[in-house]
Amino acid sequence: MRLQYPPHVRIIEVPCTGKVDIIHLLMAFEYGADGVIVVGCLEGDCHYSAGNLYARRRVNRVKEILEKVGVGGDRLAMYNLSSGMGGRFAEIVREITDKVLELGPSPIRGATGPAGRPIAEVTT
Amino acid sequence: MIKAVPKPLEEVLDLVKDFNKVLIAGCDGCVTVCEAGGLKEAKVLASALRLYFTQEGRQAQVDETSLTRQCEKEYLAQLADRMDAYDAVVSLACGCGVQYLAEMYNNKIVYPGVDTCFLGVNEERGLYAERCQACGRCILADTGGICPIARCSKRMLNGPCGGSDKGKCEISQDVPCGWELIYERLKTLGQLDRFEKPTDPKDWTTSRDGGPRKIVREDLRI
Repeated sequence: MRLQYPPHVRIIEVPCTGKVDIIHLLMAFEYGADGVIVVGCLEGDCHYSAGNLYARRRVNRVKEILEKVGVGGDRLAMYNLSSGMGGRFAEIVREITDKVLELGPSPIRGATGPAGRPIAEVTT
Repeated sequence: MIKAVPKPLEEVLDLVKDFNKVLIAGCDGCVTVCEAGGLKEAKVLASALRLYFTQEGRQAQVDETSLTRQCEKEYLAQLADRMDAYDAVVSLACGCGVQYLAEMYNNKIVYPGVDTCFLGVNEERGLYAERCQACGRCILADTGGICPIARCSKRMLNGPCGGSDKGKCEISQDVPCGWELIYERLKTLGQLDRFEKPTDPKDWTTSRDGGPRKIVREDLRI
């Protein structure tokens, strides 16, 4: 399809969004991410039954946390796409990139530099 | 097991905002099972606090750890070498753990990171319900294995009361009447004759009415 989308995104593959934990999302922000999106399968189409539904709840919890600590819940979002929706994926990445550019750099990245701060290894 | 819920993040932030070195101490016991204060929750809270301090432009250090149990001195002693490095500790253990940690490290500020709720069971993941009030004298043998102290809103010993309506308690349609449950279970067990003799008033001195409680087991003491 040779779809174009901004080169600023770093894609981290997981077997299922059900694998994405609260701590993984927080760590992304600790490392200096300006924004994070979780892209799961369409609701009702999870190969593992409900992984994407669990992921959405965790994303909502992390949005609350980010809001309370002053980073901003708007920097995190979840979308549901099928593997046949590459066009929509590219569109979402463009949208989220524009949104994050509008929000400006994460206050964490601004405070620690682009590399983020050295933190403990995630063992969960 | 003991059930707890994490304290609201803003409450913890308010407690620790003036410190520069904070340790989040989880407990691998009961609070890990109800996912309120184990290592994972300690990591999440520590990460949230680091994000908070960093966006505030502060160079604060927030570390996390988790002990096997915070209600035993042997495990609390594992923190002895590290304690001096912190200004304050947020304990994610139940109220017992928080207090024992504070008692053991007398000169250290210790804050609770969870609200300890009750002794209960895991009905489902994320759904916990009270089953025991630790009254100190178990009467489950007389009540079909269902506790009227924990399950009846009035803690009645001879129920049900007039507030029982179609198996529900008058306080809420979501709360089953404890005595209805007892009746149904005793009926299943063929022990309805239990209702023919009233239960005598309970000796509450073994509960909180007797003041702070202590168990002394001479057979176990060393």
